[in-house]
Amino acid sequence: MKPLDPRLLRYARATRTYLAATVVLGGIHAVLLIAQAVLLADAITAVFLDGAGIGDLTTGILGFTTPVLVALVAVIAAKAAVAWLQEVASARSAAAVKSQLRNRLLAHVAALAPHPDPINTEKRDKEEGIDRPLTEGKAGNTAGLPTEAKEKDGERPSADGKTRGAGQLSADGEARGAGRLAAGEVVALAGDGLDALDDYFAKYLPQLVLAVLVPGILLSRLLPADLVAVGTIAVTLPLIPLFMALVGMHTEAQNRRQFRLLSRLSHHFLDVVAGLPTLKLFGRARAQAGIIRRISDEQRRHTMRTLRTAFLSSLVLELLATLSVALVAVGIGLRLVSGNLDLATALLVLILAPEAYRPLREVGAHFHASAEGLAAAEEVFAVLETPLPVLGKRAPVSGDIVFDGVEVRFPGRSGTALRLDATIRTGEIVALTGPSGCGKSTALNVLLGFVSPTAGRVTVGGVPQQEFDLEAWRRRIAWVPQRPHLFASSVYDNIALPDGLAAPVPFPEVVAAAQAAGADGFVRELPESYSTVLGDDGTGLSAGQRQRIALARAFLRDAPIVLLDEPTANLDAGTAAEVMAAIRRLAAGRTVLIAAHRPELIALADRVVPLTENLVPA
Amino acid sequence: MTVSAVPSDRHPGAGMVISTVAPDRRPDSGAAISVGSLIRPAAGRLSLAVLAGVGAAGAAVALTACSAWLISRAALHPPVLHLMVAIVAVRACGLSRGVLRYLERLVGHDAAFRILTDVRVRLWTRLERLAPAGLADFRRADLARRLAADVDAVLDLITRVVLPYAVAGVIGLASVLVVGVLVPVAGLALAVALLVVGAGVPVLQRAAARRADGRLAPLRAELATGVVDLLHGLPDLAAYGATRDRLDRLAAVDARLTDTSRRSAATAGLGAAVTALSTGAAVLAGLVAGAVAVRSGSLPGELLALIVLTPLAVFEIAAPLPTAAQRWATARVSLRRLTELWQTPDPIHDDPSSTPTAAAARKNDDASPGPARGNSGLAVPEMRVDGVTAGWVGGRTAINGVDLVLPSGGRVALVGPSGSGKSTVAALLVRFLDPREGRVTMDGRDLREIPADEVRRVVGYLPEDSSLFDTTIGDNLRIGRPGASDTDLREALRQARLLDWVETLPDGLDTLVGEHGMALSGGQRRRLALARLLLGDARVLIFDEPTEHLDDETAAALTRDLMAAAGERTVLLITHRTDLTGLAVTRLR
Repeated sequence: MKPLDPRLLRYARATRTYLAATVVLGGIHAVLLIAQAVLLADAITAVFLDGAGIGDLTTGILGFTTPVLVALVAVIAAKAAVAWLQEVASARSAAAVKSQLRNRLLAHVAALAPHPDPINTEKRDKEEGIDRPLTEGKAGNTAGLPTEAKEKDGERPSADGKTRGAGQLSADGEARGAGRLAAGEVVALAGDGLDALDDYFAKYLPQLVLAVLVPGILLSRLLPADLVAVGTIAVTLPLIPLFMALVGMHTEAQNRRQFRLLSRLSHHFLDVVAGLPTLKLFGRARAQAGIIRRISDEQRRHTMRTLRTAFLSSLVLELLATLSVALVAVGIGLRLVSGNLDLATALLVLILAPEAYRPLREVGAHFHASAEGLAAAEEVFAVLETPLPVLGKRAPVSGDIVFDGVEVRFPGRSGTALRLDATIRTGEIVALTGPSGCGKSTALNVLLGFVSPTAGRVTVGGVPQQEFDLEAWRRRIAWVPQRPHLFASSVYDNIALPDGLAAPVPFPEVVAAAQAAGADGFVRELPESYSTVLGDDGTGLSAGQRQRIALARAFLRDAPIVLLDEPTANLDAGTAAEVMAAIRRLAAGRTVLIAAHRPELIALADRVVPLTENLVPA
Repeated sequence: MTVSAVPSDRHPGAGMVISTVAPDRRPDSGAAISVGSLIRPAAGRLSLAVLAGVGAAGAAVALTACSAWLISRAALHPPVLHLMVAIVAVRACGLSRGVLRYLERLVGHDAAFRILTDVRVRLWTRLERLAPAGLADFRRADLARRLAADVDAVLDLITRVVLPYAVAGVIGLASVLVVGVLVPVAGLALAVALLVVGAGVPVLQRAAARRADGRLAPLRAELATGVVDLLHGLPDLAAYGATRDRLDRLAAVDARLTDTSRRSAATAGLGAAVTALSTGAAVLAGLVAGAVAVRSGSLPGELLALIVLTPLAVFEIAAPLPTAAQRWATARVSLRRLTELWQTPDPIHDDPSSTPTAAAARKNDDASPGPARGNSGLAVPEMRVDGVTAGWVGGRTAINGVDLVLPSGGRVALVGPSGSGKSTVAALLVRFLDPREGRVTMDGRDLREIPADEVRRVVGYLPEDSSLFDTTIGDNLRIGRPGASDTDLREALRQARLLDWVETLPDGLDTLVGEHGMALSGGQRRRLALARLLLGDARVLIFDEPTEHLDDETAAALTRDLMAAAGERTVLLITHRTDLTGLAVTRLR
């Protein structure tokens, strides 16, 4: 681990200001240390050797004669002020740095194409499942024992599809997720993950600066006073990081092994806890207590073996630091006896010698806290360094949409997610049909630019779609997904989905779109009509109502191309009929491509394009 | 069958709130997790660690004190021989500190890991008593956290809270005594300053943190909601070109959060300032009081440096205490969460004294008090549920006045909509739960009179999602009957119609099933669980939604095989399916 990742300076500019402030404060801190040591050493010497009264002692500060006690109070107050400023600076900078990293992270994730890899989607589901009561919806375990067991279920596509929670996912994998990280991971990272940087800024970085700064300043003050002591410190000080690095290198491999072992052992613990009801049914639960004890003991023995070496680095640090101070103390004592040194200087050396080692020891003590923060930062950097897709610049043209030998494969998954040759003529309504997993949604995602074909291409009016300016191209499309996302804002916002640049959509237009989608009626029954703020992801609205909000979006967009992704899949027959009526109104006079499963949708189409079955092993 | 169209059976206890219904038995709070009870099993080692820590910290303080005295004494130019003791002491301190600290950390961690083992075992024992009915009120993720993070918090508690406070306490007291004997006022000042750092600063910090949290928490929540909204709605936003607007809104929330945390930074630094002031005050008080004492002749001048410099060394030991106090606040929350498991009432009231009997009975089948095993097969008891009202611990009533008869060898289906309490009936029959009213009987004998383990030996239960363990097929099967031969296992697999498949596997019975059996398909997992059930002695088999989430063809085949494999045994099929030919049907509403 690098003590200071240069990328932190690059991506979070607030770090630079903070470093500068810390260097200044560190310098003042070192000067105050010297001032305090000088005042104490002189005062002790005067009282002890010269029999002076403490109240009578004076010292010269900037040419003014000041009582020693007043000077000491001033120095102590100044030290407290520096400590306070340092904490304030670190807290303020940590907040600023976190904000800068967070904003960059989110902007970058948003700029990456929405990732339709189903594995990501399911991770998202897993993440959501975490806060769901164990008894709700999802394939639960009858035993009712909540454990990681159930969450893990979401991670792998299983043959029987039971892990697909609450019918949220089309088997094609609705386009969700974010770049290289699953949505849940980005959420965790943007929230608590980055908070780990607090300790890095508050405890580690300042000490790192002090470790470089303080010894130099202290030694330059001691240099004229006592060459021998300075020599001792100057020789031993660099040995500390050297030995620590050596021990660190030795223990790193061991640590990694240890980590694997630890995760295996705690995995076993969680595994048996997950199966506790089963063990109980077979009368084997109580006996497991002994096994848990045995495994836990084994874990302790292995861990202790690693720690014996790992703690060596702090042993080296403590040993060198303390022993050096002891050597310096004995040395000055002996030189005092022989009269080569005066007491004030000796006391000054004695007070300052441990201070030279202190920042380095603090760095060692806060190493782990900092590692956590840097790890979080590195995850952010990894996302930021994911290259963005190259975007086309051409203005989109209208014309027939041609899937020309289009193939889509997802990395890490065997099989082809989509294979399609088809032409959709302008004004035609085409239904893509086929069983779950045949790539119906993927075909729509390709048109939306969420997915790039692995082979083949899509042309529109003879122009390859990828050459279009993506935003302008998407403006020509109205998309109604199987499960539209509703945002935690007003109904108006959810229909208008403002782009933040254009003027706000006039209210009557939104109402007209809602009327066309058959949403106006129920929206007006909400407590605050169009101003009603929806709960997270549209809680409080039924599936049919959500679908009609999404249709209102599509009406408002008034685009020549309409993509419908099984818009009635989650609806009961009655609601589906109402939604179908709105869909018929929407389809009139537009080019429509429908991922269709249900007969009423297929009936709407002029033409049906069946997709080949089971390209992706389910 | 589409996944979304079929509502899965609601889980027992869905959406329950912890009830106000008084449990008829006092919670077993005596065994709860307190710091005292944690330390006990490793008290010896922990004392050794504290001793080593006191030695290490003492060496650091003594190094400063001895050096101060050595130098002061040396300034009077005595013969070097008179200084030898001090010189040796200083060198010894310099050497021993690192070594003792190493020892403290090693022994301390060893003790902490021993305590961790103990907590895990205690937690297991408790969970074993509660699961699954007693845990219905806990959220899944919550319990996982208890098991992982909260248990691990014990490590932090021991090594980073208990040890530092114990060591700093001893060293602080000793220093105050030494300084106080020489110069009482200086000793008093040191004591006050130490108390401020060890107790006052933590209180101050907690108050500051609470104030900041009060202002920050709503903003954090708003930001988190916004981030989740952005990421999950990204496709919708991208398709409608609304991403930038969302990002701008988030940035505005972020700016408010950042601004607020920057403003609370001022209070965050107070702890550090007070610590620095206290240290300075103790040193200053030592200097003034010491100088006065030297002048009045009550303190030899050569001890003045010791009085002044000792506080500097002591505060190096005390400085980490505010951080330790913060960790204590976190660890306490973990301990409280663990303790809740002890405050949850037991789902069944088994007389603990009957437990050994049950265990003994298990070892010696012939002596088992349950229905005896005949020569020609198994005696199949008649099970009756008579006017039973029951609910999951603490929650609402799940079933009310339910009657059900399972004649010996009968085939009964229990059907009803989601949430009608079907799984509750199963839990009653295996004595995961006792009824509140009415009774459940086995051959006329109330289940409450039969040890739970014994009931479960007769009544086998195949839950909707029976657990498989991350080990081999063979080991998973042997949970049903430890010591079963491979031939037995194969026979069970054959009955579950899984043998042909297992034979095709290169590793056969030694094939790993993966975490929670994820290497197998859903149908295979259920058949393996069935084979495991068939290996046991169970004479009454409960199949809970055995075909849930399976496609129609697989489901029909599995149901056929279940009935065939059950043979002479009684079968209770819990289902919401409608093709129930050949079954006596009981409906729940």
